Amino acid sequence: MPIMTEAYPPAGPKIMVENLDLWYGPSQALFDISMQIKPQRVSAFIGPSGCGKSTFLRTLNRMNDLIDNVRISGSVVIDGEDVYSGTIDVVSLRRNVGMIFQKSNPFPKSVYENVAYGQRLLGVRDTKVLDEVVERSLNHAALWDEVKDRLHEPALSLSGGQMQRVCIARALAVGPEILLMDEPSSALDPIATAKIEELIVELKQKYTIVIVTHNMQQAARVSDYTAFFYLGRLVEFDETRKIFTNPEKKQTEEYITGRFG
Amino acid sequence: MKRLTTHGDVFIWLTGAFLGLSIIMIVGMLVLIASNGIGYFNPRAIEQITAVTKGGDTLNVLGQVYATEDIPREVIMAEGFDASKEHLRYLLRIGNREVFGQDFQWVNEPEIMSRKEPADAVGIERREYGHAYGFMESLQQGPQRLIDNSVDAWDAFRSAHGYVTGLSDRIYDIEKSQIGGLNYRLEKLRKRLRTLDYQVGRGEIDTDEHGREVTQIRNEIDGLELAFTNQQVQVDSLKALLDGYVLRLRLFGSPSDETIEIPVASIVRAYKPNLMTTVERVAFYGSKIWEFLSADPREANAEGGVFPAIFGTVMMVLIMTVVAVPFGVLAALYLREYAVGGPMVRIVRIAVNNLAGVPSIVFGMFGLGFFVYFVGGSIDALFYPEHLPSPTYGTGGILWASLTLALLTVPVVIVATEEALAAIPRGMREGSLALGATKWETVRRVVLPSATPGIMTGAILAMARGAGEVAPLMITGVVKLATELPFDSHFPFFHLDRKFMHLGFHIYDVGFQTSNVEANIGMVYTTTLLLLLIILVLNLSAIILRARLRTKYRLSGF
Repeated sequence: MPIMTEAYPPAGPKIMVENLDLWYGPSQALFDISMQIKPQRVSAFIGPSGCGKSTFLRTLNRMNDLIDNVRISGSVVIDGEDVYSGTIDVVSLRRNVGMIFQKSNPFPKSVYENVAYGQRLLGVRDTKVLDEVVERSLNHAALWDEVKDRLHEPALSLSGGQMQRVCIARALAVGPEILLMDEPSSALDPIATAKIEELIVELKQKYTIVIVTHNMQQAARVSDYTAFFYLGRLVEFDETRKIFTNPEKKQTEEYITGRFG
Repeated sequence: MKRLTTHGDVFIWLTGAFLGLSIIMIVGMLVLIASNGIGYFNPRAIEQITAVTKGGDTLNVLGQVYATEDIPREVIMAEGFDASKEHLRYLLRIGNREVFGQDFQWVNEPEIMSRKEPADAVGIERREYGHAYGFMESLQQGPQRLIDNSVDAWDAFRSAHGYVTGLSDRIYDIEKSQIGGLNYRLEKLRKRLRTLDYQVGRGEIDTDEHGREVTQIRNEIDGLELAFTNQQVQVDSLKALLDGYVLRLRLFGSPSDETIEIPVASIVRAYKPNLMTTVERVAFYGSKIWEFLSADPREANAEGGVFPAIFGTVMMVLIMTVVAVPFGVLAALYLREYAVGGPMVRIVRIAVNNLAGVPSIVFGMFGLGFFVYFVGGSIDALFYPEHLPSPTYGTGGILWASLTLALLTVPVVIVATEEALAAIPRGMREGSLALGATKWETVRRVVLPSATPGIMTGAILAMARGAGEVAPLMITGVVKLATELPFDSHFPFFHLDRKFMHLGFHIYDVGFQTSNVEANIGMVYTTTLLLLLIILVLNLSAIILRARLRTKYRLSGF
């Protein structure tokens, strides 16, 4: 179980969600969700399939905007600003809140170009600056040693675990404060999974991490706080230690003990 | 029987058989065209034939056999030949049109009395009156020298011909580039005068300014005309040198053997095919091929080369592709990435698919009405009013022809691009957006590069389709014979208002619009082969480019 770091993070929640409802067309998928996510900690979302945890994750960086017929009510406040207000710049929101997907999706470009993508979007062209950002991000993602001789080879020629870490490096290169990870290691073998989990624990020193996972044990290993979702509702959200040893709600306990899956 | 149809092997054989059949048909067509076309430039032997017809008339002919066929039954009966066998007849090219009145003569095999290939027979390709066949009598070299001895005469002729050809090329150069350049500038100045008159008439400039400019231009014109006269004098003196060289040729044919005089300057090629060694034959063949590819046509497209047609075809295909591909890609992008689903998108897509099925001649009519008359007419009215009623852009030209064909091929590009865009996994777009890219940046940096191989497929298909269409071109700017190319060394280099020649139309013209179809049928095949080769080269280069791009942008790890 991870230990709270000594350097205490700034007070106040990083992300504050209040009374969030979400509809796909006529059917409601998220019911009245409220939670506060602490900065520089790992928060995990667990729950059975189809319970809305990925949907909820995607509301945090407005990726649900890409789907037609989605309606949202309630507020998601990040660093004091409601991201669903009319004045928010979605592009800079997504730079601040990075996302790693379940199926890793590196671009069909070289490793270097993948990681440099975000900087190029910002208009950076100076190769020295790009080189430095790429090296730093790959180091952060614990991938530099493995790919430093293969920077200009296609990213798609790497192994599954390496590709996912390229995606992480790519997200880090943009300079976010929050990282959202949607089942980041579900498609990976145990060794790659272990590497990703190690990475998450290390990254939380600098970043706020929210991870959705199917794997309860992973949540137990990696996170500081855990939220249990069921059928679109937030059932319980508390310190991981408490959820897994002494949960308040009965439903939570039944899920943890494997009564339903 | 049921077992036979459910068993998979039958269908493997069936589908394989049909594929084989298709390939055989394509290869067969190519072999047919090649075998007819490739042999066309071979130097044929010159035969000397004496024949006696049923009525007792004697026929003396000297020429090259261009075709052989079976004599039809009715003719065998009518002429009284042995009806139990097949008989052949030969199409002999006898040339000397100005003497015999016709280029070709049929000779029936049963009527032939004697047939030989005289070693000294000479075949001549001329700039006027087509071919000539005969025996060399003498060569006049300048007013003093006459070479009579036939052995020396041929060698003397060869060197004289070389000299004359060199001079002719020089004259041609002077006429084309220098005099041509002067002419071009004179024409521009005269146009400027017309514009000035027009402007002063409309009150756009005042009479003083008009007067000043006109005087200046008139001075320039005088200077140019002086230079023009000088060049003309030079050319004339050179031409006078050429006049002294004349070849005398003795003909063989009924009713008597005449001798004709041929100025050496009008001889393109003279050869003795019955004496040629293999090396000489290969050299002859090579020079004919080179002439075919690089020279202008002669004799109403029946002789000479097809270079202007090659140039026109390639330039038109390139302009068409440059217009159609961006147009099609942008349209496909809109349909796929930006348009919200709904009836509008579906209607547009149905319209695009149906556009691909419209007959090409309809596109030609549209091109004529819209591009030539409406757009071209408006351009003329706005920018070239001083030349009216003589149209600049208001008539057919390479620009309108290329645009019409671009419209024809745009649906192909749209469909191919849409397929390519649809094949890009959604995760890639999401990944880019999650990094803070806008939709357009995602399209530009991730989607379009990955779709490039598919877009190239669309471009290849469009080029192949467009290069083969002839009907819409006939209405929008192709001509039988164009005196200038649409691209030359005078600014603005690309003259998109000029009419042009096209290989497809050339095939139609040579094969069906000339007077001497039998003569030209070989050339039709050769031109067809050339067109196929050009399309093949265009497609191959695009395919190679696409293969390179595929390895660069491959979507999977393999």
